[in-house]
Amino acid sequence: MSSDVRRITAEELRATGQGGMPEDEIDLSVDLAGIRLDNPIASASGCFASGTEMDRFYDVTELGAIVVKSITREPRGGLPTPRMSETPAGMLNAIGLQNPGVAYWTSNDLPWLRERGASVIASIAGRTVEDYRHVARALREADPAGTIVGLEVNLSCPNVEDRGLVFACSPTDSAEVIAAVAEEAEVPVLGKLTSDVTDIVAVAGAVVDAGAQGLTLINTLLGMAIDPDTGRPELYNTYGGLSGPAIRPVAVRNVHQVHRALPEVPILGCGGARSVTDVVQFLRAGASAVSVGTSTFVDPFVGQRLIAELRTWLAERGIGSVRELIGATSSWTD
Amino acid sequence: MTTLRAGTVWGRPEADTPVQATCEVLARRRNGPYWTLAFAAREIAERARPGQFVQIAVRGQSTLLRRPFSIANVSRQGPGGGTVEVVFDAHGPGTEWLASLGAHDVIDVVGPLGTSFPLPQRKVNALLVGGGYGTAPLFYLAEQLTKKGLRVDMIVGAATGDRLLGTIEAKRLSASVTFTTDDGSYGERGRVTDVLDEVVRSTRTGVVYACGPNPMLNALSARCVELGLPIQVAVEERMACGIGVCFTCVLPIRGRDDRVRMQRSCIDGPVFNGAKIAWDVSRYDLGASPPDDQLASERVASAAADDVSGTP
Repeated sequence: MSSDVRRITAEELRATGQGGMPEDEIDLSVDLAGIRLDNPIASASGCFASGTEMDRFYDVTELGAIVVKSITREPRGGLPTPRMSETPAGMLNAIGLQNPGVAYWTSNDLPWLRERGASVIASIAGRTVEDYRHVARALREADPAGTIVGLEVNLSCPNVEDRGLVFACSPTDSAEVIAAVAEEAEVPVLGKLTSDVTDIVAVAGAVVDAGAQGLTLINTLLGMAIDPDTGRPELYNTYGGLSGPAIRPVAVRNVHQVHRALPEVPILGCGGARSVTDVVQFLRAGASAVSVGTSTFVDPFVGQRLIAELRTWLAERGIGSVRELIGATSSWTD
Repeated sequence: MTTLRAGTVWGRPEADTPVQATCEVLARRRNGPYWTLAFAAREIAERARPGQFVQIAVRGQSTLLRRPFSIANVSRQGPGGGTVEVVFDAHGPGTEWLASLGAHDVIDVVGPLGTSFPLPQRKVNALLVGGGYGTAPLFYLAEQLTKKGLRVDMIVGAATGDRLLGTIEAKRLSASVTFTTDDGSYGERGRVTDVLDEVVRSTRTGVVYACGPNPMLNALSARCVELGLPIQVAVEERMACGIGVCFTCVLPIRGRDDRVRMQRSCIDGPVFNGAKIAWDVSRYDLGASPPDDQLASERVASAAADDVSGTP
């Protein structure tokens, strides 16, 4: 029992005479903001827990990186149900960052990830700048072995010190958080931004200036669904984050827009990727790697499958390294 | 629309892990107002235990998520080496699509998922209580309990007589069965809890298993606690992933330290000790919740079935 994705051999390629390369010669490794990944496929935060649940299906260390569910300073029970509502080609969720807190995570999840030899990007969240700083410090102190290869800062949280405004909607609030995390971190810091802003390039610039080595683009889009009969919102929280294939074009646009404005800034693309051509779109738009989120809910093996399919896709086209795709777009006027 | 080929299986060889498989539909048949779908799934059949569920990919207008179904029956023989049956009500685009399938169609299934009903370690009479199509997993459980030589009695309830599931199967699998309907159109008029005390007394019930709507499980659990009866319930919560990573299907569960934590019904459940579900706090924001350092040990305890050791 294993993936039935077929490897193309050099002999087969010679026989077809269509160009291409043997799959064994394809280089899938990428550099994401100074983090070396064996391949550009990562999990998305909040869609993979800390990996143990998914490891029942396949060896999760095959992924380029495991981006774990956001970790907060204190344990959080999350929001009441209903927390989810299905939408066309997507879903809305409002979970409320349920997680056991950083102390529990470092003593329970981190040891397992270390033992497995995973490359972990730890997502951190908070209500205040000090919350984020605390988590960043606690993670550094708990990880002398360097299992955590990067931090992803979930900026889509209400800032209790600024009228509950979401950090990611304010360039200055975002910059403050990033500066605090960067002070504590010994690994690259990625700022995860929302598309729900007037000018994402402005927020991206502020986050990079504050010390982020890279960006994750994008978080879910804020949405709402209403029960037509009762008039009640489908979610207890009224509003929730829209994810899934429905948001992919928005995510690709954001990656492209930021990459064009800030071509030196590495990007982890995120939003609705499900197929290998989705992954290629993100890479061409300017992402160095791609996080796969909601698709995992539908297809537990999607991460493993995308790695194999990306290798085949490149081999068939004779592209020796996936890095050749990053930012490789052409225009109608070329 | 791509056509699936049956017989592809992804997963690990360990028996306690779920797999993803493309499965040939063997039969789709009417089951009262519900549908029964039987499909060939050797690996799932070999690994499944009563109370667990499968996630089936459905096709509908832009639907994305799989749909969860509790396992109603398993046969380890038959075409392809094993079959699995699920029961469902065609009430949405996904289930309507499933109801349109027939023999030789192919579906994409993930499972078995979730916890199973812990079986009693001692000789004890088991009472199985089902509401609506929630009765489905109890048939598989009844078979397993009977195989262990235990007496099985059932209470099967629904709003009306034509919503009762598997009346003939219930009779076949149990020493006695009591039907209840809200409108009295079949069996006793009333709720399953209205007949509980009498059935418990007359059958010398030592343990209760139940599946159905939450209000039923809540009332049933409360009464069983009063009667000093162990009760295991399989809940039906709205879920996205079914595999433990999205945290949408949570329920408030009281731990050994009496503190309430949100647990996932897809991986910590769907089978829970009914006495431990904090039904009363399900609508409150738990805010800061205690870390779940006791969950693992409680799960092990539940698997060892020490909660189900009542005496006849």
